[in-house]
Amino acid sequence: MNPIDQAKNAEAFLADTTHEDRLDKLLWMMRMRRDAAARLVTEWEELRTLASEIKEHTLSNLAEYLEQFEANAKANGVIVHWATDAHEHNQIVYDILAENRIETLIKSKSMLTEECELRPFLERRNIRVTETDLGERIQQLDDQPPGHIVGPSIHKTTKDVATLFSQKYGSDPNNEDPAYLAGVMRDNTRPDILHATAGMTGANFVVAETGAIVVATNEGNADLSAHTPKLHICSAGIEKIIPTTESLAVFIRLLTRSATGDAITQYTSSFRGPRKGATMHVVLVDNGRSERLGMGRFWHSLKCIRCAACMNTCPVYRRSGGLSYGATYMGPIGIIVMPTFDVRKYSELPFASTLNGSCSNVCPVKIDIHEQIYGWREIMEAKGQIQVVKKAAMRVADKVLSSPELYQVSTTALSTTLDLLPHFAIYNRLNAWGKHRDVPEAALETFHQWYKNHRLKANEVLGL
Amino acid sequence: MMEAALMIPCYIDVFYPQVGIATLELLERLGVDVVYPKEQTCCGQPMANSGCYQEAKATEEHCANVFGSFEYVVTPSGSCTHHIRNKFTAGADSPERQRLSKNTYDLIEFLHDVLKVREFPWATFEHKVALHTSCSAIRGLNMASMSERVHDAVFSKPKALLSGVPGIQFVDFDRVDECCGFGGTFSVTEEAVAAKMGYDKLAFMHKASPDCIVSSDMSCLMHLQGCARRQKQEIPFLHVAEILNGVSL
Repeated sequence: MNPIDQAKNAEAFLADTTHEDRLDKLLWMMRMRRDAAARLVTEWEELRTLASEIKEHTLSNLAEYLEQFEANAKANGVIVHWATDAHEHNQIVYDILAENRIETLIKSKSMLTEECELRPFLERRNIRVTETDLGERIQQLDDQPPGHIVGPSIHKTTKDVATLFSQKYGSDPNNEDPAYLAGVMRDNTRPDILHATAGMTGANFVVAETGAIVVATNEGNADLSAHTPKLHICSAGIEKIIPTTESLAVFIRLLTRSATGDAITQYTSSFRGPRKGATMHVVLVDNGRSERLGMGRFWHSLKCIRCAACMNTCPVYRRSGGLSYGATYMGPIGIIVMPTFDVRKYSELPFASTLNGSCSNVCPVKIDIHEQIYGWREIMEAKGQIQVVKKAAMRVADKVLSSPELYQVSTTALSTTLDLLPHFAIYNRLNAWGKHRDVPEAALETFHQWYKNHRLKANEVLGL
Repeated sequence: MMEAALMIPCYIDVFYPQVGIATLELLERLGVDVVYPKEQTCCGQPMANSGCYQEAKATEEHCANVFGSFEYVVTPSGSCTHHIRNKFTAGADSPERQRLSKNTYDLIEFLHDVLKVREFPWATFEHKVALHTSCSAIRGLNMASMSERVHDAVFSKPKALLSGVPGIQFVDFDRVDECCGFGGTFSVTEEAVAAKMGYDKLAFMHKASPDCIVSSDMSCLMHLQGCARRQKQEIPFLHVAEILNGVSL
């Protein structure tokens, strides 16, 4: 399989200025809201440090905390499953549904189920799945993956949604009022929710001390999905575990402020066990996480609490759109997570960054995201994933730049402006620089020549 | 008399020799004995930044050999300084390499933190400046406060220095420390996104009606200038060193 060409996808997204401009402004507003919220919390930086330390501690004692959770959840009447990979996760969920003769499933948003491609797995087995998060439902109806981990359809305009709903639900294509559109979605989804016999949620946090899973939403749809049917299945990545309810408080204070600038989501629900007469399952999923935990340089990415602050601040993400990454996780965090799933497919992602470092600064759990992006570039070289042309150009550059003689020849002998662009800058897309920018004009004499002509005594010139 | 080696980045050597000259003259005005090692080429960042560590090895080792013996190495580039100080691991480890990583300063840092100079009486600049500070300088070298760190004190070393030039005014523009889109090889591999970032940066600056665009990193300016010229904007682009050395528009 060819690597995902993020640059090409981004160029296509940019060609449509309406969507790009709107996404950029909307997400920058999120970033500003995040800044304002952080400003109101005097101990913000201390909270980030604490959150980072709690995550590092928990990940360093992962087995112990997971077993503690399992014991406490079981004591609460929850059935706990362990899944090594995506397929096993999907099979476990399907088996639970099949055993209970369930044909319709409602679910709240879960990036893990996206990662495992659960929905197509179940649909192939004739289970009808209805997403209950508005944005996620929009993406489901449009047969598109999420474009953002907090706002799955954030790249769409209200006009896009009005058109989509008119096609799928027969609503008014010209009514772009968000309240009207939310009403259309509610009218069409609510019956599915009321009649569903099984509900699924993800988990923002898994609390070892109490055996609880915690889900944060603004629409209350996780609560509907968990409480309406008599069967609740929760899927959680093993890195979601935290030790205690006390530590939960640290993350709750950071999560929504980082994501949208709100102090807290409308609903922060703790599910500790099944209701009377109902059943609750938790599926703990590894799917590459243990392997990542063993990666000396990259295990820190497991600290992620999926707030998307790194995407909102990322100047590249805002101008590329989330779908350009061709990945479950996109933007800066996606760049450092996706190659752990498939190094070849995602080999170009680490280059979709200017390494500006803003992502690391907004990360509520202090993942050194931009340093990891830099590190992944080196890994791509080591694993032979860097394009042959690029490698060849870099080899030439190294040869020239490590030799004063060759350097002098190549910087003084070139005459046309295009040729004067350093080799490293024109290696793969000929004159890519000049597509939207003028090429800098070479000076009549380099600094080196000027120095020789103006500053050296005659007897020194010979050697220069 | 303090001795310092002058490191001129490859793109300044070829495209912006006037910045090298301004840096040299400025340091000499301040009484520094400036040595220009003639064997110098490049710090290796273009290759290492692209993940091509093997291809950066010889260049980095050459750089360490040329500059490794100096107590101070000064370069008018935050991005090269960031590479040498924080990322200089492609070549073999050596005392020269370690010394160079430790002793390399961006010109702004050298003036602000080592020489601690604040006044530039030979210069006047009666113009409105849009000051852009590179991400390497801000988040790599801590040369200015970062907008994400909302509780930190606001400061800017390049602005503190420029404020010592009589007549200068600064304009405020939106998203002041958002990346301009250069990003080294990113500017070519992701040219569409890079150019859009550049256009956006220029648009924010343009709203504030500056007389010129100024930075202590010429690589950002090379990119922004390319964007501006394509849009037929004739606004001048200057390196901080040129203003501190007394350039007139």
